[in-house]
Amino acid sequence: MSESVVRLPIPTPGPLYPPAEWERLRERCPVATVELPSGDRAKFVSRYDHVRALLSDPRFSRPRAGDDAARVSADGAGGVAADASPEYELAIPENGEPHLRWRRQVGRYFTAKRMAALRPDMTKTAEALLDDMIERGRPGDLKAALGFPLPVYVICALLGAPAEDRDRFSHWSDAFLNVSRFSQEETKAAFIGFSRYMTELIAAKRADPGEDLLSMLIVEGAALPEEERLTDAELLATGMGLLVAGHETTANMIGKMAALLLADRSRWEQLLADPSLIRTAVEEVLRFDANLGGFGIRRYLSEDIDLDGEALPSGTTVFCGMSAANRDERVFDGADKMDLTRGPNPHLTFGAGPHSCLGQALARTELQVVLEVLLRKLPTLELAVSAEELKKVEGLLVGGLREVPVRW
Amino acid sequence: MKVRVDEAKCCGAGQCALIAPEVFDQREDGIVVLLEPGPAPDRHSAVREAAAVCPAAAIALDEDA
Repeated sequence: MSESVVRLPIPTPGPLYPPAEWERLRERCPVATVELPSGDRAKFVSRYDHVRALLSDPRFSRPRAGDDAARVSADGAGGVAADASPEYELAIPENGEPHLRWRRQVGRYFTAKRMAALRPDMTKTAEALLDDMIERGRPGDLKAALGFPLPVYVICALLGAPAEDRDRFSHWSDAFLNVSRFSQEETKAAFIGFSRYMTELIAAKRADPGEDLLSMLIVEGAALPEEERLTDAELLATGMGLLVAGHETTANMIGKMAALLLADRSRWEQLLADPSLIRTAVEEVLRFDANLGGFGIRRYLSEDIDLDGEALPSGTTVFCGMSAANRDERVFDGADKMDLTRGPNPHLTFGAGPHSCLGQALARTELQVVLEVLLRKLPTLELAVSAEELKKVEGLLVGGLREVPVRW
Repeated sequence: MKVRVDEAKCCGAGQCALIAPEVFDQREDGIVVLLEPGPAPDRHSAVREAAAVCPAAAIALDEDA
């Protein structure tokens, strides 16, 4: 096996297209040595089976502060979601039985039924945001008008935060994740500000529970034996984690979904002709997205493993390239072709196994609602620039587009 | 077709309950409930899809049973 070092993130030919390098790696170097911006070295896996096996392995989770893991950035820049740092450690149990207990309690809120119940309000919110964009006139920026605000509004509602605090949530989320626009001091100040806000919100929910996620955890927790109840620190971390994990990801995916479907307008027309394809179209957009961050999801190996004959020692940091895996011909026929009817579509965009995205049902619901509302209200929607002119923004969890200029 | 589910593996993603609601449901905490271990032939395609996309690989099918 050739042992050439690849630099992460691998440059892409355009925001909607995958790097050619992925195919070379999948075929010739499926367990590649990579160099990170920090100069540290790690491994990058690009084949579906490897990525899925590692993400599903209950022994491993993402690096924690104190692990001797490869760092993305050398100076600690990179915000809350980048390198594990004691400053930004959230008290969510990450492994074994405690993680399972946390996941089962919080997971109660994210069932298919509960998500279906959120749909009518979500639809109204999306319609109102779109009406505002229409009123401002053509062209509009779909990301700023809908992609960015909708997930924040949904998260505020989920946490039972008052609607007038939405702008503060937007600011905090931006400061956590937008590494280039904010200094480390600003990121830290936002983290402290949001911690304080959430601490007060939790106290308010304890005093006067509502229908939201935090209230549910408090009320249902009261019926559990004390050692199983989520602590205040865990509640705080859960609320904060929801914003960190749920905002940038969904916001960017809404923008990329619109761009991917409009870049080849026959896709849009296929959906207009048959809106029953919305569910499979959303899954295919999730699979096809070539911008799941430049890094993918990390796993820190706490013991030696053998990956298809490649010995990886304990202490190795592995970057799991979900976007590369999602284009693996071994699993997806015509992997480079977007097929809005594809089924089954076992893409790895939400990860796999015990750590797979807790909010995936929520994200799916938001994406389906957005697509349904766009098709219904703006059937004449089209990109106002060529797909080649779209500009990329490098995110830490998922990358995205700076703007999605549209006409209708 | 015989369907088996592994509750210990289930991560509560809810895909199965969405794709094949006649065969799968979720408990209050999101964990899978198998409603129909021997689904009728017209459900087989949805059940296969649910098994294939389960992020936890918690659904096993025996096609010959």
